[in-house]
Amino acid sequence: MNTAVLDAEGRPVPLSQRGPASTWSMISFGFWLFLLSDIVIFASLFATYAVLSTATAGGPSGHEIFDLKNVFIETCCLLASSFTCGLMLLSAERRQLKNFYLWALVTWVLGAAFIGLEVTEFSDLVARGYGPTHSAFLSAFFTLVGTHGCHVTSGLLWLLVMVAQVATLGLRTMVVRRLFCFSLFWHALDLVWIGVFTIVYLGAAHA
Amino acid sequence: MLNEETHHGKDTDLSLEDETVINPKTYLFGLALAILLTLASFGAAITHVIWGPGLPIFLAVLAVAQMGVHLVFFMHVNATEEGENTVLALGFGIFIVALVVFGSMIIMHNLSNFMPSMEELMKMQR
Repeated sequence: MNTAVLDAEGRPVPLSQRGPASTWSMISFGFWLFLLSDIVIFASLFATYAVLSTATAGGPSGHEIFDLKNVFIETCCLLASSFTCGLMLLSAERRQLKNFYLWALVTWVLGAAFIGLEVTEFSDLVARGYGPTHSAFLSAFFTLVGTHGCHVTSGLLWLLVMVAQVATLGLRTMVVRRLFCFSLFWHALDLVWIGVFTIVYLGAAHA
Repeated sequence: MLNEETHHGKDTDLSLEDETVINPKTYLFGLALAILLTLASFGAAITHVIWGPGLPIFLAVLAVAQMGVHLVFFMHVNATEEGENTVLALGFGIFIVALVVFGSMIIMHNLSNFMPSMEELMKMQR
């Protein structure tokens, strides 16, 4: 796919001697490093949850309060939104403006549906008296899942900003690069959600 | 000079070149795999098809597989020369994550093994 860069005599030039990298690879690598640092934050929250998941302080355990049907719908929303985000990036790269707006809208609506379901779940738990102050287990649960929810919310805001940029600047290379970063962020959130539903929700259902 | 020229050319049209990387078939294939793995993990957790004590390992394997699917099919992590740095950084990230998660779990489990239970602590205070 990527043909090797050759010098004047036809020998391959090593990566270290090719001068500065292209803007594209610098931006995607820099953003990748940011995502990894974000994932390290989530790892520490996962570790906290794993340690505290049995510390229910006489309160309910995860098995009693989680609704797996709700979680399944949330998972489907996020996965579908991840897919349409890819289609959005694809139409942006092909400079198909109408398709871009369509897929951006679908991605946003699915993400918003996910947040809506999560807020409903949280407010329901708090209303039943199982708020984050109830036990160490619930504190860890609300911190982990809430941090993920905050990330998704900021992703929704970012998507709005990107649509505004496309509307004003058009699909120029710079904007497409930013859309690429957004899609990486959105996929990374789905990746974290896989950990959340496996460890928090399905793990509790089994216990 | 020559290197600079090749690089200049690369910089302007890489986004177009990349269209070969991002194609709808890759996404569809990734989506199909992700749906299968999600259904399998929810199915295994709700029904009792999998032997109880083996279930956490089964779920962990499915989750790791699905994360791999996301990385390869959605986030374009690949083994090309350009992707080398990405893979290296990812490896370091996985190392740190494993260290933080399993390290905390082992230490805290060990600690709670050596700690007297709450009732015993209360007795000691009297």
